[in-house]
Amino acid sequence: MSTTNPTVSSPIEAAGEGVATYVDQRVGSNKFLSRNLGKVFPDHWSFMLGEIALYSFIVVLLSGVYLTLFYKASMVEVIYDGSYVPLKGIEMSEAYSSSLDISFDVRGGLLIRQMHHWAALIFIAAIAVHMFRVFFTGAFRKPREFNWIIGVGLATLALAAGFSGYSLPDDLLSGTGLQIARGIVQSIPIVGTWGAFLLFGGEYPGTDFISRLYGIHILLVPGLILALVTVHLMLVWTQKHTQFPGPGRTNSNVVGYPLMPVYMAKAGGFFFIVFGVCTLIAGLVTLNPIWIFGPYTPDQVSAGSQPDWYIGWLDGALRIMPNIETYLFGYTISWNILIPAVIMPGIVFTALALYPFLEAWVTGDKREHHLLDRPRNNPTRTGIGVMAITFYGLLWIGGGNDIIATSFNLTINSITWFLRLTIFVLPPIAFVVTRRICLALQRRDRDKLLHGYETGRVLRLPHGEFIEVHEPINYKEMAVITSKTDITPLPAPVKVDADGVANPYYRLKSMRAKLSHFFYAENIAKPTAAEIEAAQHHVAHDAALEAPLHAYEDADELRNGHGGVLHHLGMADTNSKQFAERTEQ
Amino acid sequence: MTEISTGPGTGAGEHAPAKLGYSPVADIPHRPRVADTDPKAARRAERQVSSMFMLSMLFVVLFIIAFVAIDKSANVYLPVFGVVGAMNITLGFTMGAAIFLIGAGAIQWAKKLMPDVEVVQERHDLSSPAEATGEAAANYERGKEESGFARFKIIRRTLIGAMVLFPIPLIVMLRDLWISPPGSPSPSELLTTTLWKDGTRVVTDPTYLPIRPEDIPVGGLVSAAPADLEEVQIAEGNLNARAKAAIILVRMDPADIVSQQGDGWDYQGIVAYSKICTHVGCPIALYEQRTHHLLCPCHQSTFDLADSGNVVFGPAARRMPQLPIGVDVEGFIVAKAPFAEPVGPSFWERG
Repeated sequence: MSTTNPTVSSPIEAAGEGVATYVDQRVGSNKFLSRNLGKVFPDHWSFMLGEIALYSFIVVLLSGVYLTLFYKASMVEVIYDGSYVPLKGIEMSEAYSSSLDISFDVRGGLLIRQMHHWAALIFIAAIAVHMFRVFFTGAFRKPREFNWIIGVGLATLALAAGFSGYSLPDDLLSGTGLQIARGIVQSIPIVGTWGAFLLFGGEYPGTDFISRLYGIHILLVPGLILALVTVHLMLVWTQKHTQFPGPGRTNSNVVGYPLMPVYMAKAGGFFFIVFGVCTLIAGLVTLNPIWIFGPYTPDQVSAGSQPDWYIGWLDGALRIMPNIETYLFGYTISWNILIPAVIMPGIVFTALALYPFLEAWVTGDKREHHLLDRPRNNPTRTGIGVMAITFYGLLWIGGGNDIIATSFNLTINSITWFLRLTIFVLPPIAFVVTRRICLALQRRDRDKLLHGYETGRVLRLPHGEFIEVHEPINYKEMAVITSKTDITPLPAPVKVDADGVANPYYRLKSMRAKLSHFFYAENIAKPTAAEIEAAQHHVAHDAALEAPLHAYEDADELRNGHGGVLHHLGMADTNSKQFAERTEQ
Repeated sequence: MTEISTGPGTGAGEHAPAKLGYSPVADIPHRPRVADTDPKAARRAERQVSSMFMLSMLFVVLFIIAFVAIDKSANVYLPVFGVVGAMNITLGFTMGAAIFLIGAGAIQWAKKLMPDVEVVQERHDLSSPAEATGEAAANYERGKEESGFARFKIIRRTLIGAMVLFPIPLIVMLRDLWISPPGSPSPSELLTTTLWKDGTRVVTDPTYLPIRPEDIPVGGLVSAAPADLEEVQIAEGNLNARAKAAIILVRMDPADIVSQQGDGWDYQGIVAYSKICTHVGCPIALYEQRTHHLLCPCHQSTFDLADSGNVVFGPAARRMPQLPIGVDVEGFIVAKAPFAEPVGPSFWERG
């Protein structure tokens, strides 16, 4: 098949064309296809992270539908009579007994159950890492703020989906998680006690929560996730994907590969890779062996009880919080629960959702951004991100403090005190260190632009002096480094203008100017063209000194090695030549 | 795979001439892959891709064989994974490999045989052109005029009022998430009362056997419950009473007891405390007999049972409630009074 003389070569293609025409005459689909089959997507490994999240979500949906065929969301007490011998004859809820049946009596049931759980863990992990990528590269900036907020919503819903599903098997471990959740709800002032009674249909544990959670877990939360994912992807589609800086890449174009065929094969293939990997892990690695934990009863718990990884930070916050409680006019306010489990996560998610707007306001940046920032070029943002990760990481360590204590022979008390202090000390240190590293990297970039890179080739000059030869960086690195935009901090506002009128927003604007200064003042300026030209003389000088040596070597190979260009004579050696060759075929 | 085309495949000849919608990116150096220049390498890549698809089909067949043939209770030993279920590992491996190989084949195909020449597409302004915005504004104005939304103040205000009020029934109806019969105790009363009364026999949990003081050695710990728990649990069909009434009995040298929540609430050094953590309600049974400390496995709150169950470490803010105990005429341990304070996590009305 060729584009210059298109022909339908097989009966199947002819039938396909017939279908396309039939559908087009009814819904106008060819207009969409004409615009989108050749849509260009930029390529970078980190763009795969969001794909992992999407595909693992599909795996969760597929495996979840399968599980609903066998799982019974009922707390009716039954006597277990399945094939797992140690629990035979024991009284348990129908939910737990049907989960055991899925694990032992339905062929492939355990595989699907573990696939569901593993894919859910991967889903949330992929969301988190995808969010890091978007944050550190500034992909959330105008025009993509809405999609950032949708992403924060998706992350929150993913946690809700995970937690509600974790509780459904009604084993001893999952029940413990619910018991803690109930304690947290009960700590909310004024409405908490009633809230807990309404959620559980009366006293804890009651007989309602499994069927209630089930509806939330299989309909409400996944429905919302599906709706938000759809909008998320539609926005990515209309706004076109961001791209990393590189040769030929500007803020107003997209450089990459067309959807048909490259991205269809790559993204479609990657779905199967994620699906396959989830299946392989589910077959090979046991996760959440509910048969070991036994049925739920509210007066038992096993030591070393751990939630799934994504709840760990909240559990850690609960663990390291000092025991503050206030008694006021006959009422109790449990700060020891309220702060770590309600207020802190509330602040974290709100700050996360608002960050794009805060940064845009502080920096006064109203431009559209389609070219991604390199993390080093925005040291303050990168610092804030690392600070947040440090904070999260410390809480996460807190969530496993008992396991850490037994594994490393430490006392729980010292770990807890260590975390109580470092949660305030380490994040700011992480911020400062990261910011310094970023600025240092900026300095190195400036240096590379001016003086080229150090080749490692040391030259002895006739008069005995040793120099290291510098060479200009290659065109790719050049394009990446020069993509940096120099930003000047906002000027300080005038307090009283020339006509003696006081600026009504002086304090706000002056705070903004200070923050903007904090963001950008220390950034290292990109060298000007004149500076580069002046500096290039040195590089040329080095090259001239080294030139006589090349007479004895394979000079071509030396030079070509630096530009990243290896080609044989007589072959298309540039992008456009090769493009032309391909399209002519 | 003999032809490689960058074109989107427009179909039959009578269509308008094809436009690709993109062009090559700036004239930068580009290195052809081996498969682009060497037909042998291209054929090799083709074979790789098709054999991955073929293997995928093979694994589906193996999956079905395994599904039918393997005994679902059989275990096998695998060097790294230990003893695992034969069915699960075989099904997982065959199904996983079948799916994975489709993906691997497709990506190999894209990487080796599809074009690797980067192309460029222009971005377009996201904001609408001025005339569209003008038209939208004009339509809005016309709608506002025609409906009279701005003019009819009373309609506007009553509409807003109605819109604010209409969700209220939806929220009110949530009240019966908990169906409490008229006159039933309030949540705070329910949280404050347990099955324990004066004279309730203390029995082992979960075997419901009465306990004599001499059954518990010094340093020993017994998980216990009120004697009537079993009946209540069957009558109510739930675990609610158990969630509040669970206690532990601990025996220590009477000389070690520093303080208690009431005078003589122990019996010969046996003290009874609630088992439900006052932090967020995990059941506690990690007891260190040398220090008399009770440690919650969930969030590591630590209580000193020799000193009124006071908190010595961790996030719990309140001491463990103590149950006064004695023995009845038959010599079995009984409660001498109900709990004096609510067990389990704090709540607003607790005071």
